[in-house]
Amino acid sequence: MSKLVIASIGPASSVQDGGRPGAQRYGLVPSGAMDRLALAAANILVGNEPFTAAVEVGPFGAKFTARGGAVRVALAGAPRNADIAGRAVASDTSATLADGETLTLGFARGGSFSYLAIEGGIAGEPMFGSLAVNARAGLGSPYPRPLQSGDELQAKAASGTAERRIELPATTDAPILIVWGPQDDEFADETKKLFVDSEWKISATSDRMGYRLEGPVLKHLHGHNIVSDGTVNGSLQVPGNGQPIVLMRDRGTSGGYPKIATVISADFGRLAQIPAGRAFRFRAVSMAEAQAEARKFAALLHTLPERLRAIESVDLNIEALHDANVAGHAVSAVDAGTWHAVSLADIAGPD
Amino acid sequence: MAATLPPPRLLPSGDCAITVEFSRNIDDAANRRVLALDRAMTAEPLTGVTETVPTYRSLLVHYDPVLVDFDKLGEKILALAQRPVPATIKTRRWRIPVVYGGEHGVDLEDVAKTLNTTPDDIVARHVAGDYRVAMIGFTPGWSYLSGLEKSLHMPRRQNPRLLTPAGTISIGGVQTGVQCLAGPSGWHLLGRTAVRTYQLHRDPIFLLEPGDNVTFAAIDAKTFAEQDRAAEAGEFIAEQIAS
Repeated sequence: MSKLVIASIGPASSVQDGGRPGAQRYGLVPSGAMDRLALAAANILVGNEPFTAAVEVGPFGAKFTARGGAVRVALAGAPRNADIAGRAVASDTSATLADGETLTLGFARGGSFSYLAIEGGIAGEPMFGSLAVNARAGLGSPYPRPLQSGDELQAKAASGTAERRIELPATTDAPILIVWGPQDDEFADETKKLFVDSEWKISATSDRMGYRLEGPVLKHLHGHNIVSDGTVNGSLQVPGNGQPIVLMRDRGTSGGYPKIATVISADFGRLAQIPAGRAFRFRAVSMAEAQAEARKFAALLHTLPERLRAIESVDLNIEALHDANVAGHAVSAVDAGTWHAVSLADIAGPD
Repeated sequence: MAATLPPPRLLPSGDCAITVEFSRNIDDAANRRVLALDRAMTAEPLTGVTETVPTYRSLLVHYDPVLVDFDKLGEKILALAQRPVPATIKTRRWRIPVVYGGEHGVDLEDVAKTLNTTPDDIVARHVAGDYRVAMIGFTPGWSYLSGLEKSLHMPRRQNPRLLTPAGTISIGGVQTGVQCLAGPSGWHLLGRTAVRTYQLHRDPIFLLEPGDNVTFAAIDAKTFAEQDRAAEAGEFIAEQIAS
């Protein structure tokens, strides 16, 4: 059997898939990939089902070495330099590592998470139908924790299928869409206006539980304690300091801070990819618009196989990589020391 | 016939979930309606609903907006929520053994001092309680119980602890709780139980259900240590008793 050995990897990298919904009533959050579109694109490139388990690679670099045979992989998500034994690998393409070759990934440029899908998936023991890592709950396979150097991912031998690229819609810096609620009535109209009229930045002390936002202070009308109720991916809760926290895939299933708004499901992955420190905005839409976007997003996921293309020329990819290199000098303002240094668990607790 | 029940508020929680809110406060009647709606939605699943999450005062309904939209689903939920709450619902009753005080419940002495009484008296009051699992949330198996005696209601700690032990039994506000995993908490720690409300590779993985009844029994540290080993090996330790 072939395998990918992790020669080195940064923090905030773990095996993720479509997650394990269904047990939130017992306090178990589904977890799963931060950017589902990128996960699906990477999987489709190597012929997997869209939400097959893959390696979610955090903002830092990583190295994977094929052992015991060739391994076919695909990379999607945050752009970053990548090469296999010196051969450039473009984002949104598949590639094959010969036995003994190493795939080297650089820092994420203009994003946070990349997905490395492996042809045939990652061998593991699903719990509640998922391999996704949720370290707090002791869940995830083959390792119930973030990945470390020396870890091994068992894989199928590469099929030798011709490599592909996938044409995804162009990325956009448009405002992140939200719908108000469930507790926007805990905030004055001026506060809601301030929320959508202001620029926000994601703090470097963010993680898969939540993204802390930095911007103007949002004042509560009746204090910051409410009786706990359920949370969703993208809940924008506002704790006592008035700086919102966007609840992400490893959130607590309930929370006791008022939630002013919720990021729409179609924009969740786009928000997850905004690098720490980059300014962005929110825009409120109606429920009808939000649900139309959800249907469009579902249709996009469904039609990913139609977006596969043959790779015409290897030279093209090298050029693309070169361009990206030139364009992407001043990259991540985050460093390994700050990212994930403080977990949201340190400030949140049962309500 | 029962008088018409006031309809819950339907609050949007993004485009894939509705918060069905029966009250803004911790309210036993509201919690009973939450649990009744949860049971009704389990018995008669509505198209597009993917899972439901009961809390003290609201039911969070997750759904797929490709299959059903907010307005259509909201109408159906409101109709279900108008049904009278069954007077008697068959629920399970558990007895959970707890070692109180000392290293197992580091706040017991302070709680007693604050309430001008002895640790033994606090334990007696806590053990006398008849509790119901109002919700399970935050982290796997964290069970929030309603029914805490009024004299034990206390504000949470000023400074939450970053790490509290697995199996902690604590009080906070008007609630008491059974915490399964080690983690942060701002509640007052009275004791520990060996019971794992969440344990992988055991059937069932989750022991308690929202709506279950719970009573506590005081045990000594030696018994706790024995039970902890047995629980690690997969025993429930919590005893199911006749209602």
